[in-house]
Amino acid sequence: MEKLNLGHKNIVPNSIKQVLTMLKYSLLDYVGSRRFFVLLIIVAIIAIMLTAVMAYFRPADSLASPLSFYSNWWGESSTLVIILSAVFFGGDAISGEFQNKTGYFLIGNPIRRSAIYIGKWLAALMASLAILGVFALITIGNGLYYFGLSGLPSQFLEALLFSIFYMVSALGLTFFFSSMFKSSTVAILTTVILLLFAFSLIQALVANLAHVEPWFIITYGAQIISNVLMNPYPPHVSTTSVHSAAGSIASSKAISITTYNASIFEGLMILAAYFLVTIIIGPILFERKEFT
Amino acid sequence: MANPLLQAINLTKRYGQFTALSNLNIKIVGPKCVGFLGPNGAGKTTTLKLFTDMIRPTYGHALINGVDVHKNKKIALSMVGTLIETPEVYPSLTEKEALFMIAEIKGVPHKFLERSVKEVVNKVKMKRWLDQKVGKMSKGMKQRINIAAALLGDPDIILLDEPTSGLDPRGMSEVREIIKDLKKEKKLIFMSSHLLSEVSEICDEVALINHGKLMAYGPINEVTSRFSNGRTAIIEVSTIRPLQSSVIKRIRKINGVRGVDILDTKRFNLRLFGGIDAQQKLLESLVKLRIGVISFKPSASALEETYLSVFKETV
Ligand SMILES: Nc1ncnc2c1ncn2[C@@H]1O[C@H](COP(=O)(O)OP(=O)(O)O)[C@@H](O)[C@H]1O
Ligand SMILES: [Mg+2]
Repeated sequence: MEKLNLGHKNIVPNSIKQVLTMLKYSLLDYVGSRRFFVLLIIVAIIAIMLTAVMAYFRPADSLASPLSFYSNWWGESSTLVIILSAVFFGGDAISGEFQNKTGYFLIGNPIRRSAIYIGKWLAALMASLAILGVFALITIGNGLYYFGLSGLPSQFLEALLFSIFYMVSALGLTFFFSSMFKSSTVAILTTVILLLFAFSLIQALVANLAHVEPWFIITYGAQIISNVLMNPYPPHVSTTSVHSAAGSIASSKAISITTYNASIFEGLMILAAYFLVTIIIGPILFERKEFT
Repeated sequence: MANPLLQAINLTKRYGQFTALSNLNIKIVGPKCVGFLGPNGAGKTTTLKLFTDMIRPTYGHALINGVDVHKNKKIALSMVGTLIETPEVYPSLTEKEALFMIAEIKGVPHKFLERSVKEVVNKVKMKRWLDQKVGKMSKGMKQRINIAAALLGDPDIILLDEPTSGLDPRGMSEVREIIKDLKKEKKLIFMSSHLLSEVSEICDEVALINHGKLMAYGPINEVTSRFSNGRTAIIEVSTIRPLQSSVIKRIRKINGVRGVDILDTKRFNLRLFGGIDAQQKLLESLVKLRIGVISFKPSASALEETYLSVFKETV
């Protein structure tokens, strides 16, 4: 074939441009993937079930006020959507580059691994926000149906904003773990277990056994999403005594349950800290990993 | 354009106690095709990965055009096309999207993107599938896309790790044709292979590697004659005209010639006793016979002999 003389020399773009390139094509890949479709269906099912329950049972506590509606709906289920998105799009984002060998297509090019990491992270964030957006729209649709436009509490908008922050932070975390392991299964399992169970468990143990505020746990910080929807905002620390039912009153031991609640500022700091640490260390881990 | 340059200085890679590559020193200058030949597990992929910063050297340096790949990857790889092992493309991307992605990463100017992608896609005969998702393609088609990606941006240096592996025989020969075409474009091609025939068909020079050690590097005939010292080298000669039997008789009488094997009317193998000096004298004698010699190269079997003798000693 005749050689095309394009009469130019390529100048390798700066890393910011390359991040945008990675963002563009990773997003195309995410949105075209079956995974995106599956998550969309899952979120749609959750939303439709909630809609049906509200419409059929008309639960009094949920429909008492706009705030309680959004609290019961968004406050209870948005974190699940966020965690699912973070795991779906971030759980194997970097480990997959090794395991699926997609990294071999990219790494031999003049691009920093951190640019690949950040580009993919941004794409995952956009795909996740699209999913969260769908869930938010259905939530608001129901809210408007029951309470009208005047019944859109400002606290919900705050909760929405905090949800986005949590999304950012949770994706930081899932990307971080995906760059720690070369096996996608290990990376995904780790993040699922941590975000869905382990963090809440550690949080409860730390609060109750050690009576220490679990300020270092991401899910603790994320509670500001549901807390901001409560009126009034829950106290920083509350202790509830529970008497064990068994035995006589005289011999019963009172168990005290301590609950901590982060202030909004504190919660935002926790989310920000998780984001900053993971977005700095994750790319460093990726830079250091060998494609063996 | 400056001469493309690949250089390894004491390049070493250890995995724990195991040395996958041991003190590689090699300097490859200028446009040519160098075959990196060795059996499986010799350290070929390891070397190529060190040249693309996929792994870090335990010590030593991999330099491309004088730039240390590990210290300054973006600059070192700016004029390089690579294909290491068998990469996979993000499965939901179409062929076109995948190649655009690589072209943009390499910095092909926006207005040339379309043309550049078209050019490489034509080379690897994958034009029909531009809008098909890569995830649905066969192994062979994916490997063509990988080659196309390596060619994007018109690199001076091309690093290929067993580019024909995983292809069917037709695919293999097509890829070899692509590489031969690239040679005409004044590129430095460094290609690993465990197939002798492939290296002797395509390459000008050969680097032999085994157990992580470089055994020899040089033009193919030089390497083969070095290892066939005092032994028989086989040289394949092609002529422009069909050979007369009288001529063949005279060839048999040339000093050092042990035998002539006719391959077809314009091609024969010479079994020659002696090293590179004997080869040079033989060529001069053949030219004097005015039989219209158009090519003179140690045949694959000569390289095979070398290969076997080199690798026998180390196994
Ligand atoms: N990650 C690794 N850990 C340990 N040994 C490895 C690793 N990667 C490669 N090796 C070993 O290094 C040697 C060279 O491998 P490689 O460069 O892939 O050989 P080849 O010449 O076939 O491409 C082999 O013996 C291989 O088993
Ligand atoms: Mg190999």
